[in-house]
Amino acid sequence: MSAELGQIFLILALVLAALLSVLPLVGAQRGNEALMKLAPSLAIGQFVFLAGAFAALAIAFLQHDFTITYVAMHSNLLLPWYYRVTAVWGSHEGSLLLWMLLLGGWTLAVAAFSRSVPRAFTARVLAVMGMISAGFLLFILFTSNPFERILPGPIDGRDLNPLLQDVGMIFHPPLLYMGYVGFAVAFAFAIAGLIGGKVERDWVRWSRPWTLAAWAFLTFGIALGSWWAYYELGWGGWWFWDPVENASFIPWLIGTALIHSQAVTEKRGAFPAWTVLLSIAAFSMSLLGTFLVRSGVLTSVHAFANDPERGLFILAFMGVVTGGALVLYALRAPRIMTGEGFDWVSRESALLLNNVFFTVSAAMVLLGTLYPLIIDFMGWGQISVGPPYFGAMFILLMTPVVLLLPLGPFTRWKRDEFTRILKPLVATAVVSVIAALLVCAWLGTWSLRAVSGWVGGIWLVAGAVTYAVRTSRASRSGLARHQWGMVLAHAGAGVFLIGAAMVEAHTFERDVRIAPGETIEAAGYRFTLHEVALVKGPNWRADEARFSIYRGEREVARMNPQKRFYHRGGQTMTQVALKPGVFRDLYIAMGEELGDSGAWSVRLHVKPFVRWIWGGAVLIGLGGLLAASDRRYRQRQRATQPGGARAEATA
Amino acid sequence: MIGIQGSGFGFRSRLRAILALLGVVWLAAGALASAIEPYPFESEVQRKRFQALAEELRCTVCQNQSLADSDAPLASDLRDEVFRMLSDGRSDMEIRSFMVERYGNYVLYRPPVVGHTLLLWGGPLVLLLVGLVAAVFVIRKRRKAL
Amino acid sequence: MIRMLIPLAVFLALVGLLIAGLQTAENRKLVQSPLIGKPLPGFSLPGLHDPDTMTGRDDLIGEPFILNVWGSWCWACRAEHPFIERLGREAPIELIGFNWKDERSDALRWLEQFGDAWDRHLVDYEGKVAIDLGVYGAPETFLVDHEGVIRHKHIGPVDANVFQDLMRRAMALNSEAGS
Repeated sequence: MSAELGQIFLILALVLAALLSVLPLVGAQRGNEALMKLAPSLAIGQFVFLAGAFAALAIAFLQHDFTITYVAMHSNLLLPWYYRVTAVWGSHEGSLLLWMLLLGGWTLAVAAFSRSVPRAFTARVLAVMGMISAGFLLFILFTSNPFERILPGPIDGRDLNPLLQDVGMIFHPPLLYMGYVGFAVAFAFAIAGLIGGKVERDWVRWSRPWTLAAWAFLTFGIALGSWWAYYELGWGGWWFWDPVENASFIPWLIGTALIHSQAVTEKRGAFPAWTVLLSIAAFSMSLLGTFLVRSGVLTSVHAFANDPERGLFILAFMGVVTGGALVLYALRAPRIMTGEGFDWVSRESALLLNNVFFTVSAAMVLLGTLYPLIIDFMGWGQISVGPPYFGAMFILLMTPVVLLLPLGPFTRWKRDEFTRILKPLVATAVVSVIAALLVCAWLGTWSLRAVSGWVGGIWLVAGAVTYAVRTSRASRSGLARHQWGMVLAHAGAGVFLIGAAMVEAHTFERDVRIAPGETIEAAGYRFTLHEVALVKGPNWRADEARFSIYRGEREVARMNPQKRFYHRGGQTMTQVALKPGVFRDLYIAMGEELGDSGAWSVRLHVKPFVRWIWGGAVLIGLGGLLAASDRRYRQRQRATQPGGARAEATA
Repeated sequence: MIGIQGSGFGFRSRLRAILALLGVVWLAAGALASAIEPYPFESEVQRKRFQALAEELRCTVCQNQSLADSDAPLASDLRDEVFRMLSDGRSDMEIRSFMVERYGNYVLYRPPVVGHTLLLWGGPLVLLLVGLVAAVFVIRKRRKAL
Repeated sequence: MIRMLIPLAVFLALVGLLIAGLQTAENRKLVQSPLIGKPLPGFSLPGLHDPDTMTGRDDLIGEPFILNVWGSWCWACRAEHPFIERLGREAPIELIGFNWKDERSDALRWLEQFGDAWDRHLVDYEGKVAIDLGVYGAPETFLVDHEGVIRHKHIGPVDANVFQDLMRRAMALNSEAGS
């Protein structure tokens, strides 16, 4: 029953999305208040039906309704209830439904929190979001319907992929999609700005908190995915430059450029066309990511589940959305005003430089990800582009960013002087280098990567702190929230850098053979294996190794890695044991039993500062959220701004 | 589709599909159990070289995994081969070309700099240059509006 | 105006590339062998039915042949078996099985169960020769000409279309050898 209801809800949501994409737009063009006023109601209705459809699928999972193909494929009687709920977004169809629900949620939020924005503008924004919704709902209904039935249904379902039976997986997709979908808001604002011919500084100010929030969620989503890969995959890596990861990283890089260019456009009116373009690009890259991940175009060897039909649909949709936006851009951009001037040394120039580096980085990742396609297209054979390429290029492109970043916030708008900017930072730079060298001496790590990581990381953190101290001293009211957000995010980048550099430079990793009763010394720790026991879980059984880890005479941890066997799907899986720490993680993964000797192959890792990677990313994301919550974005803007009238006249 | 020894390939492909579709940090077929093999290295240097090579060589049967990460039987054979060649005193270059002769440039995660990869290696640098030059032009123009 | 069209042009090029990429996605899944057109690598392998007889590269050269990589553990080999049987019956050249990383007893039982269509089998238990041949999955089917040069390789199971293609190629190799 719930399947049919869910289906009906989806269709109703589509109807409302279609109305939302047309009526308010017509209203805004004709100045018809009644039509414009429909937009919030339609947004609410759309969200209610989407939530209903989502709930219908969740209920089907909870009630073991195996007559629904999607449920039968991704759940079974043994699966605990919480994983049955998260199984809703455990595969293609359901994850699209989650995506839609979040898009509906963002639409609703825009409708609810845009009281300070003129009604015609909100109407246009919501209409654009309605178009995006309608496209995705068509996609779901025609190619990826999660409510399809198989009759008669099987008695028991298959299984949710064991890798997804995990806490990280519960939150990773929703956060990631919050980011992807959130860029739709920035996109919609830009398009509404283009359609309406509004003065750019206004719509950019309205758009900023949304963009910051979306970017913050994307940051959290990527960080969570990385953390999940780290403990779930059993290799101890945290970033693999895989196409699927790149698909989320490209929008993040563009989004980073976007939040910085928005600052310039809002404050000074400079680069308005560029900000529009980046708004379009950020969402387009989210769509491209969806395409890359779901079409199978980049799965290279022994891949499957290619669904060219789905791929073509997303591509066509992207063609309409991005293509349409870029045509509109080409038509309207020449009329966009160029804002105020600035000098060589100025905040504007600094942020322009930031944008050059971040967009080129995004282009680099895109190029590397698609290069195997290009090579194939040209008939030049087959190549692989992997971590060695991306890592080298990314470090190359980001080094100048790290070196210059602390200067940015100290730079004045319009015109400044180098000596004035550098003055407060000279001491910071000297202290950073000395501190970094002292830390390296203390840790005994003298590799180039570690030293440069510490110097760069401390420089970023110290630069942010210097800025916070100086600014709060200079003004009576202290730092505004958006400034705190910036400080936090920039310091977070430093923390991340230290973590990444230390892990890459000084991870201790050994594959060893160990039998119960034996002890192995590694990186100052002693790992003693007591026994390997058989344990049982709700839907699996496992060989569990019982380790004690000593440092000197002190036992620092007991760790029990497992090798699990899932009954239903028949998969075996390594469940690593982790002892997290601020300065190092201990990490044990079980391999195979070696013959009948009772000995096992085991991988031991000691990973210095690995937590700092995600800690830094979380700081960056929190900075974004903090900035997004700044009061000045919620203030009603002066409606009678002289610029406003001028812009209406030119439009 | 092609069978991979000793494992239900059908399952692996579905698994990969699920992950790919999810749009998450993906994880390949063989990743359920990672490749953990203790080799008797002669020295720390040799161990590091082995690790570096295994990480830069792509496993051909896997989705997108290096030899170091894959537990596919062929990957294990190839790791053995890498270890054997290292023990025989062969250079990294020789080991890489051994793989390329048999499986093509596809196995190199670090594509060689040759004619058809010029765009790959040079592209970002050219773009950076274009971006910087464009920035200079923009700033020069904006200065006039001061 | 022209400048404003640049993003659109870049985007359209990207879409074009992706459409093309979507079309060829299936092909890209297979790793093309660099060994096509190169001579067969040297080896010495035991037979399956006659484990004491070693066969080397030079024993095979002189006549063209089909080399079919299989294993009893490989379910796709089971799927292609009817066409391999037809190849064994209808192809004008020798069909040699390359039993890869298999247990001898399993392989013999498999053949007994499904039928032995091959003219003979070579056994690569450790998989070393397979690496020299650039084998990365099973089944794979090679065509080798009378001079011992690898002329063609099919990755994956043989189906009706592939069978036709292999027959055509085998006949061409055969007449080449005869002339």
